Amino acid sequence: MPLPAARPRLTVAVTGLNATDSPGPGVAVIRALRESPDFDLRIIGLSYEALEPGIYLRELVDRTYQLPYPSAGTAALLERLRYVREQEDVAVLIPNFDAELYNFIKLAPELRALGIQTFLPTLAQLEARDKLNLPAFGAAHGLRVPPGRLLHAVAEVAGAAEALGWPLVLKGRYYDAAVVHSLAQAEQAFLRLSGLWGVPLIAQQYVAGQEINIAGLGDGHGRALSAVPMRKLTITDKGKAWAGITLEDEALLALARRFAEATRWRGGFELEIMRTPGDELFIMEINPRFPAWIYLTAAAGQNQPAALLRLALGLPVPLMDGYAVGKMFVRYAWDLITDHTQFQQAAALGEL
Amino acid sequence: MKLKKNIATSESGFIFNPATGDSFSANPLAADILARAKDGLDPVAIKADILERYDVAPGQLEKDWDDLLAQLREFNLLD
Repeated sequence: MPLPAARPRLTVAVTGLNATDSPGPGVAVIRALRESPDFDLRIIGLSYEALEPGIYLRELVDRTYQLPYPSAGTAALLERLRYVREQEDVAVLIPNFDAELYNFIKLAPELRALGIQTFLPTLAQLEARDKLNLPAFGAAHGLRVPPGRLLHAVAEVAGAAEALGWPLVLKGRYYDAAVVHSLAQAEQAFLRLSGLWGVPLIAQQYVAGQEINIAGLGDGHGRALSAVPMRKLTITDKGKAWAGITLEDEALLALARRFAEATRWRGGFELEIMRTPGDELFIMEINPRFPAWIYLTAAAGQNQPAALLRLALGLPVPLMDGYAVGKMFVRYAWDLITDHTQFQQAAALGEL
Repeated sequence: MKLKKNIATSESGFIFNPATGDSFSANPLAADILARAKDGLDPVAIKADILERYDVAPGQLEKDWDDLLAQLREFNLLD
């Protein structure tokens, strides 16, 4: 799409540059932002590690600054962002990792004082849709989610299986899951997952069906300004989409609208849906940010990151209607070539 | 036989269901049948045309027709 010749300059900072086999959404968000008809963008990447591929994608990312890990807390993050703000005229910051959202939401007023706008869910919204709270969240909002319970000890597995039946899905607190068919398998999976991610684990009733994802953007007042459903066509061994296709299904769009209305969601979101053979739609997980496949929304005609940018700046965003159905993405691996001096600068100085 | 209204078919035999993202490849005769069905042609007329154009016994055609319908139903392509 040709972009207007004279667009105002704007600097936007984006996290999630780890475009690996389990990718963060940052690079896709930036790619979509670059197609914004409203602004000529300078993109500041915010990284956590020196080998995040987005750092070296110089045609997408103008400059990158390393951030302290989320576990370092809000004070360390704010100090670093103050430094970044002294170097760069950052007007909007778009965080893209679940684990960092808490800190960024907490810091939103301080960032605003620095002249940096965000458009994020509230802490209450973030907490409510957490995996641990999903059954209560579904019940509160009349949204269908699989029954589940929390497991704090391996001895609780048998009771969960009795209540929820076999097969059973065991999910890590933050990441990872296993479908288990027997008590022996379940106990083994419990030990593996709790060893990796701690407790509690989530035991969830297994729902068979077709996995569908919906990327959406809530305006914070109960409207889903955009919703684009996608079916994964190929997945990696980590279950990540490697190819996908946009779908036409009013029931999916209605579900996204109901979610935004019930929660008054503010910002990007992804609903992970299971459609059963009986056409029931279960929400399996709610991600409080854009997914890594978000560029597909721009390619299909609803540029959600560009719309979020406008929302962050307080600009109006009309309800987006219609998108290209059958639009596909096929992800690929590409060896970026850089020089050791570039790597050294990113690794040693935390800036490139 | 009534194909779902949003099912996309092509002359090459490619069938796409935009509601599920499923795609299928049909052989030339099946593609022809689906195109006619999509145009609203009556199954009786489609079958009569096949009997005229191909060397096939009516009983065999009925059996193959039922197989095709079963597959289309299984693939969630029929209303």
